[in-house]
Parts: sequence; C-alpha cells; structure tokens
Amino acid sequence: MASNEEILAGLAEIVNEETGLAPEAVEMDKSFTDDLDIDSISMMTIVVNAEEKFGVRIPDEEVKNLKTVGDAVNFIVNAQA
Amino acid sequence: MSTPVIQQTPLRDFSRVLGIGAYRPDVIVTNDDVCQWIDSSDEWIRQRTGIVTRHRANANTSVLDMAEGAAKEAMAQAGITGDQLGAVIVSTVSHPYATPSAAAALADRVGATPAPAFDISAACAGYCYGIAQADALVRSGTADYVLVVGAEKLSDVIDNTERTISFLLGDGAGAVVVGPSDIPGISKPVWGSDGSKWDTISMTHSLNSVRELSLAAEAAGSLSAVSDTFDEKDTKLWPTLRQDGPSVFRWAVWEMAKVAKQALAAAGLQPEDLAAFVPHQANMRIIDEMVKQLKLPESVVVARDIADAGNTSAASIPLATHRLLQENPALSGGLALQIGFGAGLVFGAQVIVLP
Repeated sequence: MASNEEILAGLAEIVNEETGLAPEAVEMDKSFTDDLDIDSISMMTIVVNAEEKFGVRIPDEEVKNLKTVGDAVNFIVNAQA
Repeated sequence: MSTPVIQQTPLRDFSRVLGIGAYRPDVIVTNDDVCQWIDSSDEWIRQRTGIVTRHRANANTSVLDMAEGAAKEAMAQAGITGDQLGAVIVSTVSHPYATPSAAAALADRVGATPAPAFDISAACAGYCYGIAQADALVRSGTADYVLVVGAEKLSDVIDNTERTISFLLGDGAGAVVVGPSDIPGISKPVWGSDGSKWDTISMTHSLNSVRELSLAAEAAGSLSAVSDTFDEKDTKLWPTLRQDGPSVFRWAVWEMAKVAKQALAAAGLQPEDLAAFVPHQANMRIIDEMVKQLKLPESVVVARDIADAGNTSAASIPLATHRLLQENPALSGGLALQIGFGAGLVFGAQVIVLP
C-alpha cells in the first residue's frame, strides 16, 4: 500500500502529464480548479488515470467532493485501506 | 394434403454503403456569438471543446428539409431512385412531432412511397443504429436498398443561455444508401444501452409537464400567473437539453474506447487496417482522448468535423464521413470505424467500407 507521500507524488505525475504543470506545484492544500486551473474534463482524465495507478474506484459523484489535492490523496488512501 | 410451408426470402451475403449525402445549414454561429449568451470566451470554448463554429438552420428550414437535401445527394451518388428504396430510416431527436414520423414524410419527398418508413430515437448513436438496421434488412432480403438519415435541428431544443451543452450543438443532416454488395461492407455492430444513466443527457422536463402548465395557464388567463407553481427547471415552458458533462466525458472516452475495440475485433481487424476513424463529433477532447486510448497509427485519418460543425447528434457521423471523402477522395473503398454514443445512454459501433 502506498503512503500519503507516494500517492501525492503519483498524483503530481498524473497532473503533470495531463496539464503540463510542474509536479512540485501539486501540493496538498492546492485547489484543483482555483489554484491549478484544472477544468472538469481534465479532472475526469486525472481521476481515471489515478484509478488505474492506485487500483481504486472513484465514482463520478465522489469527484465533485475532491476540491483539493489533499482531498484526492485522502480519498485514495482510504479507498486503498 | 401436405402441410403448407411459408416461403422465406433467401439471405444475401453482404451489404455496403453505396452513396453518401450531406446538408449543412448556412447560419454560422461563432464562439463570439455564443459569448453573447453565456459568460465565456472564444479561447475557453476552443480549448475545452475544439469547436470554432457551428452551423444552424434558419427558422424556415426544418429537420425534414435538411434530411431531404442529404438524402437526395446520397441517392444520386448511389444511383438509386425513390422507387427502389425498400425502407427509409431517420434518426432524430429534434423532429418536432412525436407522431407522425419524419421518415414517412421524407419517404414521400424522395419518391419512395409506399416504402416502409420509421424514425429511430437513439440520439447520437442513432446513425450507427440505422446502419445496423439497414444492413440487417438488406442481408435478410427484406429490402434491396435502404435510406438511412441522421437529421437534427438541435437549435430548436436548446437554451442558448445555459452552459452544459447548448453551445456545443449545431444543426445538419447526413444520409446514406445501403444496398447489396459483392464484398463485405458493414461489420456486425457492437451496440447497446445503459439506462441507469438515463438522466445524464436529457431534456429538462417531460411533455406532460408542458401540458399541465399550459392547461393551468389557460385556466388562469396567463402563463406568468402560474409559472411560479411550476417546479421544473428554470420554469421555462419549452423543454431543452442538459447534460452532466464530466460524467458523459468519462463514459464517452473510457467506456466507448472499449466498445470501439470490440467493434474492431468483431470485424476481425487491427487498428492499422483502418483508413479512417469517424467517432461521433461530441467534443474534440473526447476524440483526441479516444484516439490515444485506441492507439491508432498515424496512417488512420481521424474525422474532426466538429471544429466547424459543432455536435450535430445523429447527423455528426455521416456529415463527418462526407467531409472526409470530399477532402480525401482516395479514402473511398477504405475501412472506417464509426462509433456513436449519447443520450439514453446508448452506443453503437461498426466498421464500414467507405462509399
């Protein structure tokens, strides 16, 4: 099972691939929409890639609750538990 | 006396698309036009959808007019006259009559009366559904030639001021004639539905609600006197389309990529065997992401008609195919994978030999 740091690093990689944002810009307290300027369609691509990478299921209705990078990391940690 | 036996029609081996036609209405709606109705920008719309313009029909041009224009071109190219048509199938969600069908009127306009005629309600998958039906009718011997049309005047069923779907949509019609063939020309469809996602793309409210509000308004003497008792979206009488964009995007890319792969497998083909890929023109980002998922080689020409035409639902695949063939005549005779997907949710995919 991956640690919070490993999940954050993996997520940063996925965000970088989708948006070109530097991985170090992807920090726990950053909002996907307000800080990282990620739109709802890119967010879905990130979610699907995260599902594959971390072996979890993130339902559509859950995606709306993932406001910050930290929300996503915590969701994935709990889903892996 | 021997037991009577019914006579059944001998089957045919193969069918194919023999001719294609298109009708593109002449009102061009730019992103700047759209930005008069929603708070957005040309750059934002291009970045998120790949759409630069969409064609829309004027008030005097109906779904039927557009269907007729496309159908006549397809019939001329196929060298088929109306009396040779064994069925007329129209896929549409914007023919403004629940009954009678657009297909019956179209059959008459193209000289096909008394050919059987019916509409399909399968939204953006409707054209692929129609091709599957036409293939079955021709190969079963039930019909010799079948006219399949996707025709939409979506501008009649949108609210320009909402921002989930209306700005994506355009009007138009595409048509083909399917008939007997010496070579395999239409593969087995991979098609289906997922009604658990019925409300992901849908009208705001039902015609029953329209009737109730109309009756109440009539009794009260005015619409404004009763509109606050009407709890449907925006309390607008006329139902319009809405979608849950991100959910649809996820389904359209990752679920539909699987369907596209199944359709290739059902045709016994590999991606490199294709000359063209013609997905429903829903959003350029869906198209780009699907191409990535399918690992299509660069030799496969990808239809990207959406940039100019917007999303025209059932008309989008035949319109995009027509354009591909106009721009690359050498594609004629090549194999095209086509996949439609949309409200229902419904989907359909098959490989065809391009006319």
